[in-house]
Amino acid sequence: MRRLLLGISAVALALWALLVGGAPAMAADTTIGGVIKSDQEAVPGVTVNVSDETGFVENAISDEKGRWRVVVPQAGTYTVLIETDTLPPGVSLRDPDRTSVEVTVGEGQTKSVLFPTCDAPVSSTSKLDQALQLTVDGFIFGLTIALAAVGLSLIFGTTGLTNFSHGELVTFGSLMAYFFSAIMGLPFIVAAAAAVFAGGLFGFLQDRFFWRWLRKRGTALIAMLVVSIGLGIFLRYFYLFIFGGNTRQYAEYSGQAGLVLGPIVVTPKALVGAIVAVVFLAATVAWLRFTRMGKASRAIADNPALASASGIDVNRVISIIWAAGAGLAALAGVIYSLSNGVSWISGFGLLLLIFAGVTLGGLGTAIGAIVGSIIVGTMIQLSTLLIPSELKNVGALAVLIIILMIRPQGILGRSERVG
Amino acid sequence: MDWSNVYSQALTQGIGIQAVIFCLAAIGLNVQFGYTGLLNFGQSGFLAVAAYGLGVSIAYAGWSLWVGLLVGIAAAVLLALLLGIPTLRLRADYLAIVTIAAAEILRLTFRSVTFDPIFGGSDGINRFADDFYRYNPYSGPVKIGPADFSQNDMWIVTIGWILVVILSIIVFLLMRSPWGRVIKAIREDEDAVRSLGKSVYSYKLQALIIGGVMGCFGGFIAAIALQSIQPDYYSTDLTFFAYAVLILGGAARVLGPIVGSVVFWFLLVLIDGALANAVSSGAIDFIRNDQVGQIRYWILGISLMLLMIYRPQGILGDKKELSLDAR
Repeated sequence: MRRLLLGISAVALALWALLVGGAPAMAADTTIGGVIKSDQEAVPGVTVNVSDETGFVENAISDEKGRWRVVVPQAGTYTVLIETDTLPPGVSLRDPDRTSVEVTVGEGQTKSVLFPTCDAPVSSTSKLDQALQLTVDGFIFGLTIALAAVGLSLIFGTTGLTNFSHGELVTFGSLMAYFFSAIMGLPFIVAAAAAVFAGGLFGFLQDRFFWRWLRKRGTALIAMLVVSIGLGIFLRYFYLFIFGGNTRQYAEYSGQAGLVLGPIVVTPKALVGAIVAVVFLAATVAWLRFTRMGKASRAIADNPALASASGIDVNRVISIIWAAGAGLAALAGVIYSLSNGVSWISGFGLLLLIFAGVTLGGLGTAIGAIVGSIIVGTMIQLSTLLIPSELKNVGALAVLIIILMIRPQGILGRSERVG
Repeated sequence: MDWSNVYSQALTQGIGIQAVIFCLAAIGLNVQFGYTGLLNFGQSGFLAVAAYGLGVSIAYAGWSLWVGLLVGIAAAVLLALLLGIPTLRLRADYLAIVTIAAAEILRLTFRSVTFDPIFGGSDGINRFADDFYRYNPYSGPVKIGPADFSQNDMWIVTIGWILVVILSIIVFLLMRSPWGRVIKAIREDEDAVRSLGKSVYSYKLQALIIGGVMGCFGGFIAAIALQSIQPDYYSTDLTFFAYAVLILGGAARVLGPIVGSVVFWFLLVLIDGALANAVSSGAIDFIRNDQVGQIRYWILGISLMLLMIYRPQGILGDKKELSLDAR
């Protein structure tokens, strides 16, 4: 009991100390907001960027009613910029040059900003080019999921725990990167590295002081699964408490122009993120294949008792797996948030896709998790050719259920009895 | 600080609408998780299809309340079949992943702009249950001790607790029947049951359907009591509130969900109210007013962890009955 409380409060205090400086004061909210509509149709998913001279930057994304809203720290003059490349095809600004507006908002007031739109001639990109673009986007997204999925899969393989709080490890990474870059003022690259390190440390400590203790107590796996759900809920709302409900952007690289590579457009940050992801994934696979530690972890996955009997320090290997898995998850969080913004719930939103990737590839195999995740990511993006993009995750999860019906062990899983 | 108000609020909620909704959801989970050992993490999906089945039948199709209820129940049965057929042959955690995914699919579909004309998007379906309140026998607000109910709340709460009693009696009778013994045996040792020639798969499917239908009454109560069906009410958090209620009261006990929901909601609202009071009176200054609502999720998370670690049998349960293991 004491130990658990100690663990929870230590984590809580650490997070608190690190992040509390960044919590915005919201006495009476000073807000800037608006509605984006084309004809009478609401336009969802459009990114609006609000910034001022003191370095405040925040993005809002219009919801399904086309509404967007940003809470600003104090009264003053702000620049509101609409990111025109996030407008859906067929919609453009009535005045194409009026992409940014200066507004002044008083303390506690709400200022509304409108961007009049009209129907643009539908862009001439062919279905094939669109498909190509979506495949590339999806592949990059899949790599991000894969980073998180590898950790989930390794932890499952070695300890049997289906960790429902893995999404919170992803969020942890993106929050830490925000903390190090926006609050401590470190350059983003350094902040990202620090966030990955902090994520690994968080995972290591979680295992060392919490999960190892539960394993030692002989807590059943299903009970541990429910515990991980409880931990996930607690962490998520703790993040919300400290970080607030807004989606914020990293100050650097926020409104980056895309690189045109033949028929496709990729932002440099997404490209760099993808390359980093590939490097880390390759390193993880090599580590599992060729090092003693990797072999030991595979031995534990196969048979923990036998591994222990042949001289492997099971607990140490599991702690290292936890650290590595959590570090990779944190990296996934950083890369994801670089394009999608930092929010308290981003990891939880990814969790089911991570599960989909892992299950698709086969629970417990690292390469399976990578392949599965890339398929999930690509499929999610490609499906927007046929279904509305707000339903793209529905398609992915539906496919997960269908795969389980046909091939429960996953694409690369060993065909053993899982029932 | 107005303690008597906090206390009467907590008591009202402890026997009020929220307690009834989660009690019904937990009764369903009890059949699935407590007695059969199925990890259904998509109970919110069952409540959602029931609520939307009812709401769409009345508001969109213009059918009567009774037809709406039947549509809701049919939807819950269908969902159980859809979820159960692919996954019940697999290991327990597969069912967990698939059910949580299905509940999320449903929520995203219900709130999407594409189906806005039918399901009402993120605003949901509102003011459709006037028929129900036409039968209201109460003519004014009712006070039960310090608890205070409006006329309409009292009517839905009465119906709710009657449903709870009926379903609890059904669970009691089911679990002492031969069927119930097979179900409990499946939880203990599937292979042993299989070797006795029972079809484990079909028993599990039946348990999933029965639990889903029982839980779906929680969806009806939620929809009618609030006169509103909001997609985000049926998020995964709802499922885990129901789990917390069930585990607190004691899984695999007929009275578990009832005790659990009353105690859980009483404590939750009590802590909520006390905190809100302390914050607005300035006794606690590191929490803002708008953050008080988040604290209940901390309580949910921490109580799930503590219960599972230290008292998986809850208040009433028997620890020997709950040594579930996936491997």
